[in-house]
Amino acid sequence: MSTTLERNAPISPPPPEQNEHPQRKWYEYFGFSTDHKVIGIQYLVTAFFFYFIGGALAEVMRTELSTPDPDFVQPEFYNQLLTMHGTIMLFLWIIPAGAAFANYLIPLMIGAEDMAFPRLNGVAFWMIPPGGILLMSSFFNGAPQAGWTSYPPLSLVSGKSGEEIWILSILILGTSSMLGAFNFVTTILLMRMPDMDIHSMPLFCWSMLATSGLIIIGTPVLGAALILLSFDLIAGTAFFNPAGGGDPIVYQHMFWFYSHPAVYIMILPFFGAISEILPVHARKPIFGYRAIAYSSLAISFLGLIVWAHHMFSSGTPGWLRMFFMATTMIIAVPTGIKVFSWCATIWGGKLSLNSAFIFAVGFLSSFLIGGLSGVMLASVPFDIHVHDTYFIVAHFHYVLFGGSVFGLFAAVYHWFPKMTGRMVNETLGQIHFVMTFIGFNITFLPMHQLGLQGMNRRIALYDPQFQFLNMVCTVGSYILALSTFPFIINIIWSLYKGEKAGRNPWRALTLEWQTASPPIIENFEEEPVLWAGPYDYGIDTESIDGDEDVEDMLAAVTSESQ
Amino acid sequence: MTLISLWYGQNHGLLPMAASNDAGEVDELFNFMMTIATGLFLLVEGVLVYSLFKFRRQKGDTTDGPPIEGNVPLEIVWTAIPTVIVFILSIYSFEIYNRMGGLDPMAAGDPGPQMMAHSHHHSELVALDTSQQNIALGLGISPESQQGINPLEIKVNGIQYAWVFTYPESGVISGEIHVPVNRPVALNMTAGDVIHAFWLPEFRIKQDVIPGRETNLVFTANQVGQYPVICAELCGAYHGGMKTQLYVQTEEEYAQWIQDNTFAMKESGESVAMNPVSNSDTEFLEPYAQDMGVDADTLAQLKP
Amino acid sequence: MQGSTVDNKSQIAIASEQEAEQGHGHHEHPDFRMVGLYIFLISDSMTFIGFFAALLIYRAIMPVWPPEGMPEFELLIPIINTAILVASSFVMHEGQKSLKQNDVGGLQKYFGITAAMGAVFLAGQVYEYSHAEFGLTTNLLASCFYVLTGFHGLHVLTGVLLILCVLWRSREEGHYSASSHFGVEAAEIYWHFVDVIWLVLFVLVYLINN
Repeated sequence: MSTTLERNAPISPPPPEQNEHPQRKWYEYFGFSTDHKVIGIQYLVTAFFFYFIGGALAEVMRTELSTPDPDFVQPEFYNQLLTMHGTIMLFLWIIPAGAAFANYLIPLMIGAEDMAFPRLNGVAFWMIPPGGILLMSSFFNGAPQAGWTSYPPLSLVSGKSGEEIWILSILILGTSSMLGAFNFVTTILLMRMPDMDIHSMPLFCWSMLATSGLIIIGTPVLGAALILLSFDLIAGTAFFNPAGGGDPIVYQHMFWFYSHPAVYIMILPFFGAISEILPVHARKPIFGYRAIAYSSLAISFLGLIVWAHHMFSSGTPGWLRMFFMATTMIIAVPTGIKVFSWCATIWGGKLSLNSAFIFAVGFLSSFLIGGLSGVMLASVPFDIHVHDTYFIVAHFHYVLFGGSVFGLFAAVYHWFPKMTGRMVNETLGQIHFVMTFIGFNITFLPMHQLGLQGMNRRIALYDPQFQFLNMVCTVGSYILALSTFPFIINIIWSLYKGEKAGRNPWRALTLEWQTASPPIIENFEEEPVLWAGPYDYGIDTESIDGDEDVEDMLAAVTSESQ
Repeated sequence: MTLISLWYGQNHGLLPMAASNDAGEVDELFNFMMTIATGLFLLVEGVLVYSLFKFRRQKGDTTDGPPIEGNVPLEIVWTAIPTVIVFILSIYSFEIYNRMGGLDPMAAGDPGPQMMAHSHHHSELVALDTSQQNIALGLGISPESQQGINPLEIKVNGIQYAWVFTYPESGVISGEIHVPVNRPVALNMTAGDVIHAFWLPEFRIKQDVIPGRETNLVFTANQVGQYPVICAELCGAYHGGMKTQLYVQTEEEYAQWIQDNTFAMKESGESVAMNPVSNSDTEFLEPYAQDMGVDADTLAQLKP
Repeated sequence: MQGSTVDNKSQIAIASEQEAEQGHGHHEHPDFRMVGLYIFLISDSMTFIGFFAALLIYRAIMPVWPPEGMPEFELLIPIINTAILVASSFVMHEGQKSLKQNDVGGLQKYFGITAAMGAVFLAGQVYEYSHAEFGLTTNLLASCFYVLTGFHGLHVLTGVLLILCVLWRSREEGHYSASSHFGVEAAEIYWHFVDVIWLVLFVLVYLINN
């Protein structure tokens, strides 16, 4: 919370130019900015840019996999594609997209005028484009081809320059993500408006708190692993190289110590977004606020002690496999609490089936499948069978696409009016949802069966018996590719021609809806007012006359203060 | 709903055939999990779909829903049920894993046998033996069958992109693996270059094959037949082609095969590395040809 | 409900006045920067923990440890270095205490000594590197030694630069005072952190592998 002396005279009208809703100029979005809203938009647009690149790579891979022979691309190139697809989608799409919403929403939601460290925030964003361009540049000089996991010794022998570029770019992107996390934690803990205690904070902030904790603790260890890998690659040490007396398994432990929490870093922000979106459009309070808030923290903590479940068939002794099986199983409990609470939030509400809400429901139904297969994978005897097969590919796409990406689209549709001041086109939004949902399930559902039947992952050539299901997946992926077109058209069209949104088109209660759309510089015209909990739908409405809705009241509050 | 779950859990038809008793047990575990998962899936999706139809907002209705902020007993129930389920699953998985031999001390890095493993297998097999590890990893002998017949030992070496099997008893070296039915087979595996993974889908077992370390797999085939052996850890461009066959044979056929090959080995002295890709993909022979040079060297070392 | 908004607003006004009195102004959050520093140090220590964990795992699983042919670490210089670094923390604290009494000259004196001690530490480390009987790639332990001490050395170097930064700024009259000294405090906390890491490093690298 940061208030100024000038602002402490709320009765006097603000200077006239502030009445005109001062906005950032268009060119400010292309330069270094310290405004959290500008940075949020920068993150989001950059993330989408890389999403389309990563998606294009995926389409090339699926095209290749429509036949058992590697006829469309060379196997070396296929391995480059899969490495780059994974890296881009994780480090340049989902993680920055989560940071985008965190940047945009956290100060608004807690009634602050900006982040705790605005300049650091700008720096964090501006590390992403160089990191991304550096990564893409490796295509000209032999991209890395050891998978996004980059297990040595393979990563040490499969193209030095590409691998080193990969390492550098991950170090840059990891640092960026850490700088972001420092900001989120400090802002959430210390800058809430005075009468907002931690239990009346929106759940998105709770989930970002959990996410940031994981970033702060996990990312440096990945950094350490990559520095050592870099030494092996360039200086000829043998930390992970058995040829010189090292041990590749140590890398796997260090890598997964970050990269398992990274899964939660990628999904938790969207858990938070879903917790915001469902109550608004169901017109009901969130079911079990504290359970959802604490389960985020529980997931975050447990997420730090489950990493070796990625290594059940690797160099992990039996007793360790059992330990990590137990911790992994336990993580199903807080996740289950969340899913059930969301279902209960919808139950009995008054649902508006708009784009944001149906994407949120799509999130629930797809994430559920990813969660269920996740519990199966925790079971060591079964995981040994399906580890590194298409069952895994199906599982993590159900979590990361069915979970994070659906959540992300829901968030885009939900906060688009706030960010731009205009509504999206509902018809296009719903076409987008239907195509995405169908394409997604056709692409990834058959992969479960492929994996169980014996198709391993990361291969350009496969056994002809799997061709039919692979064809199905490829067709699904084309539908998925097409589904982005209604989205792009919708966003561009709505940006210019969309219906004006007003302050609070969803009649939502969190603070970001108390200011103009898009919010003015430094967010609030006057001190935001915490006149209801973030999810108090249906509680205060009895006292309101039937025809007076939240927006009128807000207007009244505004005029009153001016 | 329960009935559908039970039925689907048994009849999903998603798994390939099971060629060992252990595989059957893993399948039962999977079926059990599939039953629970189907039940939960139907429950949650049912709630979602029902809500979408039942609780749709009427046009012009701007009122809010009922202000229900939670329900402690309900929340306790849906915390307790998953807890119980994962507890049962953990115990069940532990049981199965133990029966598969996963906690066999030989395989689990117990300090005693470690040294044995070290001294027994410390040989010229591993070219990189400066880093020879003495932690054995993987699946050991099932506790039940431990005091039975002594297992057939086979050394497995994974190299880009082929498997090489050495039979220490007879000195046979082969690119395919032949084993007798109903006799435990113990694989001592290592890799020559990068990490590979030895996967037998029909046996539901897999273990990474790690350069500089030895890993183990023990299995007992109970059905004669031919099964794929697949590398399941990204090992380079032709990772997808790193396949071979496992032949489970009757005792007599197996003895015959060993005899033929011992003979052939003596005659030719040539390496018998197999082309891992099947006959159709001739265009991939080219890159292998170079690797074969390496293979021949490795094989030369392997010769007894 | 609308009535309550007014109440809330007056509460806020009161709260903000209180804040203003405490000196929390616009865009000025000295306490936040300190929190940020602590969070950064948590992250930074995780990097070291990653390196230490790798070293300890190697130590635990390698059949021969220390690796064959690895000479024992020469302890004389590291012990002197340890003493210098630990002592420098106390010296630095004196500097901060001086500043708390508005004695900028004292601050400059003690921080100058601290920077010099840091430089001596670094020189000692360079000497150690140049006289070591093993190179970066000799074996695992040697590699770990160089990477860990090198990474720590970078931190010491950063610390020295931070101190020099503080000294540079302290030339300006009134830049640091008893009430405003974030830079001084941050540099000191960072220095103590580097010191503590060194003690752990000294035990884990030099002592237990000899």
